[in-house]
Amino acid sequence: MESDGEPTLRLRIPEPNRNFDPAERVRRHLSPPGSMPKPKLDEKVERLAMMRKQLVRVLDDDGRAVGPWCPDLGVERLQRGLRDMMTVRTFDARMLRAHRQGKISFYMQCLGEEAIACAQQRALRPGDMHFPTYRQQGLLVAGEYPLIDMMNQILSNDHDPIKGRQLPVLYSSKAHGFFSISGNLATQYVHAVGWAMASALREGTAIASAWIGEGASSESDFHAALVFASTYQAPVIFNIVNNHWAISTPEDFARGASATFADRGYGFSIPALRVDGNDYLAVHAVSQWAAERARTNLGPTLIEWVTLRVGAHSTSDDPSGYRGDDAKHFPLGDPIERLAHHLRTIGAWDDQRHAALQAEIDELIETTFREADAHGEAKNGSTGSPKSMFDDVYATLPRHLLEQRDQVEG
Amino acid sequence: MPSMTMVEAIRDAHVVSMERDDRVVVFGEDVGHFGGVFRCTQGLQQRFGATRCFDTPISEVGIVGIAVGMAAYGLRPCVEIQFADYVYPAYDQIVSEAARLRHRSAGDFTAPLVIRMPTGGGIFGGQTHSQSPEALFTHVAGLKTVVPSNPYDAKGLLIAAIEDEDPIIFLEPKRVYNGPFDGHHDRPIVPWSKHPLGEVPEGHYRIELGTARVHREGSELTVLTYGTCVHVAQAASEEYGVDAEIIDLRTLVPLDIDTIVESVRKTGRCLVLHEATLTSGFGAELAASVQERVFHHLEAPIRRVCGWDTPYPHAHEWSYFPGPDRVGRAMQEVMSA
Repeated sequence: MESDGEPTLRLRIPEPNRNFDPAERVRRHLSPPGSMPKPKLDEKVERLAMMRKQLVRVLDDDGRAVGPWCPDLGVERLQRGLRDMMTVRTFDARMLRAHRQGKISFYMQCLGEEAIACAQQRALRPGDMHFPTYRQQGLLVAGEYPLIDMMNQILSNDHDPIKGRQLPVLYSSKAHGFFSISGNLATQYVHAVGWAMASALREGTAIASAWIGEGASSESDFHAALVFASTYQAPVIFNIVNNHWAISTPEDFARGASATFADRGYGFSIPALRVDGNDYLAVHAVSQWAAERARTNLGPTLIEWVTLRVGAHSTSDDPSGYRGDDAKHFPLGDPIERLAHHLRTIGAWDDQRHAALQAEIDELIETTFREADAHGEAKNGSTGSPKSMFDDVYATLPRHLLEQRDQVEG
Repeated sequence: MPSMTMVEAIRDAHVVSMERDDRVVVFGEDVGHFGGVFRCTQGLQQRFGATRCFDTPISEVGIVGIAVGMAAYGLRPCVEIQFADYVYPAYDQIVSEAARLRHRSAGDFTAPLVIRMPTGGGIFGGQTHSQSPEALFTHVAGLKTVVPSNPYDAKGLLIAAIEDEDPIIFLEPKRVYNGPFDGHHDRPIVPWSKHPLGEVPEGHYRIELGTARVHREGSELTVLTYGTCVHVAQAASEEYGVDAEIIDLRTLVPLDIDTIVESVRKTGRCLVLHEATLTSGFGAELAASVQERVFHHLEAPIRRVCGWDTPYPHAHEWSYFPGPDRVGRAMQEVMSA
């Protein structure tokens, strides 16, 4: 419509195409494995600018590790990485089964995204602090947090380290560098910057790593975190896990008119890279590079991990109402298959060992779950005294809580 | 004993706390180099350096979120929100994060921090520089909410707040920063130097959170109030000839219910007074708590005198503010009920 020759205003509402193809999205900014240069740690941000439109990849389709980003990890650490990822996937599968059996109320798997948390955990150091979302269980598994404590938390039983206070998967472990997961989105991004600033103010050596999904990067907390980190050059890594789905909403709504989520870093002069999140070697290498920048007072780094949420958002979500068949494939390949392929290519793995490892992990998860399940579950009331809900509201119980606690039976 | 304004007393509490504990860090908008728009942090950066006291971007969600992260690390942040009216962008960080971190992690992580903010009206600040949002914080489990009414209390309460293990909302009634304002806006300003509560000891002392103070002893009527309204109640009591016992609550959560109950038992009448809007205000909590405990001692219905349920007006500030005439008339009504 036009009036007096002038156009009237209109909005661009992102096309509600629920069958959008993440593989096609990834291909828009795909770079061949090994093609991306590895900048020096203090490279000027302007000279890194194009890396926010490209994709760091190390593993090629033939299972070879190629290019300057190829990390020197050695066979043992690669095999350990494979074990970490397979443990996460098996753990997730067992918990989904427990949900179907009615033993747990809720679960969130990370199918297809295992490499990101697992490899970054191994690239950072003990003492560093992660500020995760609910889909970074790989940090705990690769951080060698006891699997039984994870299961006890999920069951909300009386061995739950956080005493049945939180929904399943909202873990907390300071000792394992895993900040308490809120459940409200994006808030932890600012906490990570504050923690990193404190580490620098106290002249420490530990760094912080902030995690967020691409959808929650719309929140104001995300932008506050970036401006504070940029202003004070805080020793923090900003991870954006772009799995292309915010429950039912495609990435378009959070990304706006930018080409990529890594674009967000540029306006804050924060070096920003896009990385193949299904490539264990690329994740490890870029995480280590960002950590080195933080440790040497070169400030924050932003990393967009390109991946795909293969499963549902959570056990409460039914993707058939909004999603086509994009979940049937991994646009960048299955991270576990790709690392196993690489290990086979360099002669450090074979099908027999793979099957043996899977059987060992299956047994471990099964045994551990039996043990956790024996401690009971919230649903059958084995979560200790309800009076414990009054503990930890404050350091010491004030008068009014003492009075209320007396009114609770049990 | 030195005489201080409330601004000077708050500044002194910072100095004492920062000297005793090098984990105490202070930051906010204009807080560092300039020393805050009300000058409460003046000289701290010069004295302790920019790693202890610094300026921030204009982002309340950032200021509070950063403080939570620092507290989780082990520091003791004491941050300033320039006006309480500006705190809302940080509300999620306060309610969902600072207040609940200890509980949700079963004590694995904690958030010992103080969020200071000037509150209340009486300065012709209009709707964005006059609000009293205390009820938005007293309603939240895990927070403690403190409102001093004078320099002596402000220093002791702020030191106790900084030393506390839990997140504290510290609301500073800006109208009494420089003198005990009694609601008579048309009269000359009385400075703290002429008031006994303007005498502030040097060095360290604490006023424990959760302890009220009997501001004026009386026999006929109990007034439950805090902040600027403590002085308004005193003026009303004297001018309207009602022998009121004025309780300065000082801390809203935790509440000193014993002092309240003891006074109402004695007087048999109760008036609740605050600047904040009436509906769902903290006065409702006070009235409910009193009737639950001492209903049979009451000789008259509990009366609330509060700000009207409107945005804080600019031109009609003195019709909105619960001044001594409105309070005095309400006192007489309670006495004759």
